[in-house]
Amino acid sequence: MIRLEHVTKRYAAGGSAALDDVSCDIDRGEFAFVVGASGSGKSTMMRLITREITPSAGSILVAGRELVPMPQRKVPTLRREIGVVFQDFRLLEGKTVYQNVAFVLRVLGSKRHEIKQLVPETLDLVGLDGMASRLPHELSGGEQQRVAIARAVVKKPPILLADEPTGNLDPETSAEIVKVLDRINKTGTTVVMATHDQGIVDVFKKRVLELKNGELVRDEAEGGYARDETRERERAAERAARALEQGED
Amino acid sequence: MRLTFLLGEVGNGVRRNASMIISVVLVSMVSLFFLGAGLLAQREVSVAKGFWYDKVQVSIFFCTGQSTGVQSCTDGAATQAQKEQVKSQLDGMKPLVQHVYYESSQQAYDRFKKQFRGSPYLSDVTADAMPSSYRVKLSDPNKYNEVVASFEGQQGVEAVSDQSNVLSTFFKLLHVISVGAVALAVVMVICAILLITTTIRQVAYTRRRQVSIMRLVGASSTVIYLPFVVEILLATLIGAALAVGLLWALVHYGVEGLFNSTGSTGTLVSMISTADVWDFAPWLFAGAVVIALATAWITLRRYLRV
Repeated sequence: MIRLEHVTKRYAAGGSAALDDVSCDIDRGEFAFVVGASGSGKSTMMRLITREITPSAGSILVAGRELVPMPQRKVPTLRREIGVVFQDFRLLEGKTVYQNVAFVLRVLGSKRHEIKQLVPETLDLVGLDGMASRLPHELSGGEQQRVAIARAVVKKPPILLADEPTGNLDPETSAEIVKVLDRINKTGTTVVMATHDQGIVDVFKKRVLELKNGELVRDEAEGGYARDETRERERAAERAARALEQGED
Repeated sequence: MRLTFLLGEVGNGVRRNASMIISVVLVSMVSLFFLGAGLLAQREVSVAKGFWYDKVQVSIFFCTGQSTGVQSCTDGAATQAQKEQVKSQLDGMKPLVQHVYYESSQQAYDRFKKQFRGSPYLSDVTADAMPSSYRVKLSDPNKYNEVVASFEGQQGVEAVSDQSNVLSTFFKLLHVISVGAVALAVVMVICAILLITTTIRQVAYTRRRQVSIMRLVGASSTVIYLPFVVEILLATLIGAALAVGLLWALVHYGVEGLFNSTGSTGTLVSMISTADVWDFAPWLFAGAVVIALATAWITLRRYLRV
């Protein structure tokens, strides 16, 4: 679903790489955490996937589309396949919960009866049943983030990107939000969540991609936030054994 | 994007940036008003110059049956012999006399009708009342006095007039007005373009979150640009409508009210009418559309990343 091949991104020519020769493959229906300290390249990776920026080198494939040679006019079609959630929610203050979610469908030209059906369905999915007529400032942080998630998934994209979605929330609420994302993942949506929330990553036991200074230093299925050295030694041994076998062949 | 949604977005944009939108309306009104005024002044020049102006410096009018109180016309309408006498005299004045055109009463009447269409005087005038004339072009227009002197007071000649001299000051004034108005219009159009640019940037700023969400969910650039373009287009079109209204009022109450109805000068120079304003109105609206669309599109492409 999302494939990065030897992707390097430098914001300034000759400057240090925000993302350095990163290759990874995220399959349809997967849930992956992208972890790392601030400045490790998580957001750069997200922005590359939505083609807000293009890589300095390497190729990116998202939902069957090559992003590097893609002309600007085709970018909107790509973005219709991707829902995005941010740390700061980015809701429209003057619009109610319902209007915020319906806004996406209106912009994309959905028919009235589709909007009437999809919006309540989606609000139900994220657990905001009965809050349709509230304004954003009347909601808690967690509820606002649910609205943002509803807005991201109401058009039923196959991919959901969440850039630090729990960054402004307390641990309990954060766990609730990730549960919502998990629920959406269960409907078949590929979810990629950038985070530096250790507790969340440790509890949910999903695939972990760890970035450090722009390099992908770890890609672990069902990993924790921190490097699990015992497990890593086992995996290194497995790899060595496999390499040995291949060498014997 | 559906129409109701588009209109809703436009309404929001206008409400939140009312003062900027109003200034776009006013600036486009003023710029198009000056542009229209310049065009009308040009039209006035061509209407007033009429058919003969460029060809003729001196006109020799013959007596009609209705010429009264003129010494040389006591015998009534000019006879054929009198006319031929004038013609042969004119022929004798070559090379000063370059060309001679003859205009019969009927031709004069037809031209008069054309020039004064819609004038209340038209019904009072018959073909008989229009003098036949020789229209004379001189090789040196400054020597018109020689011609005037030799025919003035001659039997059968009612009047000799130097047409260009009478009107040239008037035309010079109109020309200055016209050039001045168009120059002001150019300055105001530049103002309008700059103001539209600033307005779009401000509207884009107040709507930045909306735009960023539209971009993220995959709205096409057309969908993102459309509310901005419609807002600016509406503002300039309202400006154009106000400009046309002002020009209409200027011509109706100013030109028609002062000149055409009181008859103070109406007999000498024909004036533009509100019909001329309606002639120019579509061009002013087209100008408004072009300014709005071109400026909006260029500004959006430059400042609103999609």
